[in-house]
Amino acid sequence: MSEHRDGPRRGASIDARDVAVRYAESDRNAVDDMSLGVEAGEFIVLLGPSGCGKSTFLRTINRLVIPAAGTIAVDGRNVGDVTPEELRRGIGYVIQAVGLFPHLTVAQNIAVVPRLLHWDRARIAARVDELLGLTQLEPERYRGRYPRELSGGEAQRVGVARALAAEPRVLLMDEPFGAVDAIVRLALQDETLRIHRALGTTIIFVTHDVDEALRLADRIVVMREGKIEQTGAPLRILAHPATPYVEKLLDAKDAVRRLQLLRARDAIQTRVERSTTLEATENTMSAPIDADASLRDALSLLLQGASAVAVSEDGRTLGTLTFEDVRTAIAAQAQ
Amino acid sequence: MSDLLLHVRDHLILSGAALACALVLGIPLGSAIARTAALRDVSLAGVNVARVIPSLAVLALAQPFLGIGFRPSLVALVFLAIPPIVINTDVALRNVSAALIDAAHGLGMTERQVRARVAWPLALPVVFGGVRTAAVEVIASATLAAFIGGGGLGEYILNGLAGGDYGQLFEGAIAVAVLALVVQGLLTVVERRIAVRTGARSG
Repeated sequence: MSEHRDGPRRGASIDARDVAVRYAESDRNAVDDMSLGVEAGEFIVLLGPSGCGKSTFLRTINRLVIPAAGTIAVDGRNVGDVTPEELRRGIGYVIQAVGLFPHLTVAQNIAVVPRLLHWDRARIAARVDELLGLTQLEPERYRGRYPRELSGGEAQRVGVARALAAEPRVLLMDEPFGAVDAIVRLALQDETLRIHRALGTTIIFVTHDVDEALRLADRIVVMREGKIEQTGAPLRILAHPATPYVEKLLDAKDAVRRLQLLRARDAIQTRVERSTTLEATENTMSAPIDADASLRDALSLLLQGASAVAVSEDGRTLGTLTFEDVRTAIAAQAQ
Repeated sequence: MSDLLLHVRDHLILSGAALACALVLGIPLGSAIARTAALRDVSLAGVNVARVIPSLAVLALAQPFLGIGFRPSLVALVFLAIPPIVINTDVALRNVSAALIDAAHGLGMTERQVRARVAWPLALPVVFGGVRTAAVEVIASATLAAFIGGGGLGEYILNGLAGGDYGQLFEGAIAVAVLALVVQGLLTVVERRIAVRTGARSG
């Protein structure tokens, strides 16, 4: 993991300044003077209702949309300085419709960009298998299949593999999991996070799904009518929505939503010292939960009758949490 | 070679030549109008007018300008074969999913690569369907070319008619029908193969 972070695959920074996009048939700018700096390796989620300009902004980064004004630089290099084709071959792109080519096998679909870059056969074959492994599709089983033989979830895994094929330093994902069912969506989100951790690629992800944004983002960019309404870490935005619009969009007053983002580990750190007598009431202690489990899970156990929840990590108990500790953790976060 | 087979040969040469010319003209035209909305309206209007004119009328109209024989027959048949090819090429190319074209651009394909690697392979089954329609139409209409001296099985039939030889007349008629059916059958098989290979159909 760390070797990739320092290696050539590390993500690129993105610097968008005063970007404006206007469509001929519209009376207002689809993207209106938008500026956004993205650090190398950051996972950014653009969040907002449909028509807020988030997809349009995303598509200015790989020049599928050419802005009327403003500049965008990837790693300090203006995206207009190279041909669009050269630019796009270095930027992964995943769309909701998946867009796998039906006349090509899974392996051929993944090999599209490496072939455009004239990689040799052996390198392409090795890369295809590596990516199928990375997206948890058994190479022997999936290599030769056609897109019509895949489930929705499998197809989008291949879509992600295809986008990552030429080791892009930036990955653009445009509502990639909007068309799959909730369970598959969760699995794909987990995998995206795993891949992001493993490769360190800069990811810009567009969604209108608040929970998806909260789960994935290092930083959320809330958009409204072509402008940025607020940016910040998920918990920060939930705790301090800058405008009524953000508060309403994120349902920020919902404490349970915030609990979902807090880990049991965090609550152990914020809890207050308490008398040993309470620690000892082991008869109503729940089964231990993992230190990385969410406080929502802890709360659920408490509501089901446990007076305290044991928190463990690698088989070692870190401590216990009571209802009071959960409340303290939330209050601490809100400050 | 028997008289019948000679006429079958001439019929196939005339039809094949007409189809080949129609492909050379019709596919680029169809591909061009798929890309240009302004061109499409004008061209499709023209093509549709061409479509409703009966084959015999086309042949009769060619005669005063081009005389009689193989060449005017060829021109008339090309005129008949172009509409289905143009229409299917246009529809096929425009029906390739916009998301696929978007994905192809997003992956860094040039306009040319998008056409060669995505749009055309996916449009091929429908384009080929137009070619099949044109081929069958040409084979049937080539019979009428005999009226302007184009030769082929029409000539064989007319000779039978003129000589009161109903046996020959039927032979010629059946030969045209069989030819049309065989070509239709063969091209349908090829078309299905293409469709399966390009994933346009699953079976």
